[in-house]
Amino acid sequence: MKQKFDIITSTCVPLPLENVDTDQIIPARFLKATTREESFFGDNLFRDWRYNSDGTPNKDFVLNDPAYGGCILVAGKNFGSGSSREHAAWAIAGYGFRVVISSFFADIHKNNELNNFVLPVQVSEDFLAEFFSSIKADPKTEVKVDLPNQTVTNLATGHSEHFEINGYKKHCLMNGLDDIDFLVQNQAKTELWEQQNK
Amino acid sequence: MNTLFDKIWDRHVVQQVKDGPTQLYIDRLYCHEVTSPQAFDGMRARGLKCFRPEKIFCMPDHNTPTHDQNKPIADPVSKAQVDALERNAAEFGVTHYGMMSKDNGIIHVVGPEKGLSLPGMTIVCGDSHTSTHGAMGAVAFGIGTSEVEMVMASQCILQQKPKSMRININGQLGKGVTAKDVALYLMAQLTTSGATGYFVEYAGDVVTALSMEGRLTLCNLSIEMGARGGFIAPDETTFAYLKGREYAPKGEEWERAVAYWQTLKSGDDAVFDKELTFDAADIEPRITYGTNPGMGIGITEKIPTSSIPSQGGEARALAYMGFKAGQKLLGTKVDYVFLGACTNGRIEDFRAFASIVKGRMKADNVVAWLVPGSWAVDKQIREEGLDKILQAAGFEIRQPGCSACLAMNDDKIPAGKLAVSTSNRNFEGRQGPGARTVLASPLTAAAAAVTGVITDPRELL
Repeated sequence: MKQKFDIITSTCVPLPLENVDTDQIIPARFLKATTREESFFGDNLFRDWRYNSDGTPNKDFVLNDPAYGGCILVAGKNFGSGSSREHAAWAIAGYGFRVVISSFFADIHKNNELNNFVLPVQVSEDFLAEFFSSIKADPKTEVKVDLPNQTVTNLATGHSEHFEINGYKKHCLMNGLDDIDFLVQNQAKTELWEQQNK
Repeated sequence: MNTLFDKIWDRHVVQQVKDGPTQLYIDRLYCHEVTSPQAFDGMRARGLKCFRPEKIFCMPDHNTPTHDQNKPIADPVSKAQVDALERNAAEFGVTHYGMMSKDNGIIHVVGPEKGLSLPGMTIVCGDSHTSTHGAMGAVAFGIGTSEVEMVMASQCILQQKPKSMRININGQLGKGVTAKDVALYLMAQLTTSGATGYFVEYAGDVVTALSMEGRLTLCNLSIEMGARGGFIAPDETTFAYLKGREYAPKGEEWERAVAYWQTLKSGDDAVFDKELTFDAADIEPRITYGTNPGMGIGITEKIPTSSIPSQGGEARALAYMGFKAGQKLLGTKVDYVFLGACTNGRIEDFRAFASIVKGRMKADNVVAWLVPGSWAVDKQIREEGLDKILQAAGFEIRQPGCSACLAMNDDKIPAGKLAVSTSNRNFEGRQGPGARTVLASPLTAAAAAVTGVITDPRELL
């Protein structure tokens, strides 16, 4: 939490599936915790894909493949659809990911990532496909995510793309600030609105 | 420009943050036990009190058992979460409808039926199906737990203004075609991400003709097309539904409120970022065959043979479901039937289910879970004598809660079993690890429950 964000260069974990929903990121039966235990959620990230029904690791799932690692998850289109559960973002952060790259994010999940200092980086379909092919060719492929300049670079090909983030949220991520600090500081404005809208 | 969405949103803008999101005032925050404990913890850690506690309503629904609610919850982890909500609500001075209280039920069923969700409001909850409340003519959307904490702390949220879309459904629905089928049809047309980034206004003859229950079902499923929310301009149907409800305005205030609510519609010159129009004649009873709600077909159709690139994972989904491309699902054996959830747990859904099972018997191979969305729905079921019809047909009515929609309580569909479910998601493992879900309307669920196989409900009407 509140880990300041700057430039990250890392190998990646590829998950070339579309429509990965938050029920897959963290199944409902792991939502019963009453505290923000990120390590618990991280341990159960992609639980039903990562483990067999007897609890042994599923060797075919990418998180169990020692060839892949790093703090960047590269996922197919429409990542994080479905439930609003922030536990999905906690699981991603708890596992150790700091960036998720996809060609499209579901709205609520995208906000949840940002509110947990995980950076969702939206790239073009073609650039995403290039990531997957570079990582497939060499699992040690590194990617550089430069938040100050809003660029993401595939270091295997040298290709870069610009990504969008609003200036306010970028400032928050780079300085370890969150929205609640901002809103509490702005309570006088809220009270004024209430008076004008009785 | 000049859409109903603009009118409600713009009225609630406290300030536009420079090079950033909008600070939006929130009229109503709902909290359930799953997505609120960490928000209350955060408030404690920061030493904050709820800024406007009277605008916050809490109730447990996800973990609640659907039998023996008068006894302590057997699962200690579920119990701890439900207890934490009660404790937190007392500490922070917000309203709490506990289990077994006559006010309890699924939050998205209770809010409208108590008149807590009103036209023109902004409404949020740590739950993606908060879009349900849009049926009242409100801007309602699901949020994460950090955002729940924002609203507790400030009664505001920071959000980028979404784009606006209008979906018109014209014509008249055929026999046996319900609001659920309309929603399942739209998801198949738009895919599960087709409305991401948008707020959807539903309009057209079909929408105007829907009851409040039907509208709640339609708006509930907006998120399954990726839309943050969906809503319907309030009209006489809305006002008639709300009049006399516990938290609806009374007397002169009611008159003033209705006068304002009547202005809540998109202008004739409204410009939407996207507008789509569909014909009711193209919609038959719908079912899903895959593992996202957009993977659906008309009940008489075959599972498509060509993979749909925009959906992805077609082969994986069919393998999970145990289905084959090109297969018809009519006649497929069904193991479980679930009637309930914030999607279809209202009185009209029980009436629809009862209309099919009346004079018939539950199939022996089917386990059926009928779960009212709230105690108020349960009461009305009994007042209307639907309980007698259902019991005579071999069905039992359980106690209210989210139940098998996401299986956080004991109502889990076993691995490999096929359920016809009136809930909202057919994701892998959603109704229990390995469970296979076919989403459908209450009529189609009832038809499966009495025949034991997937059946076109029109044959039984």
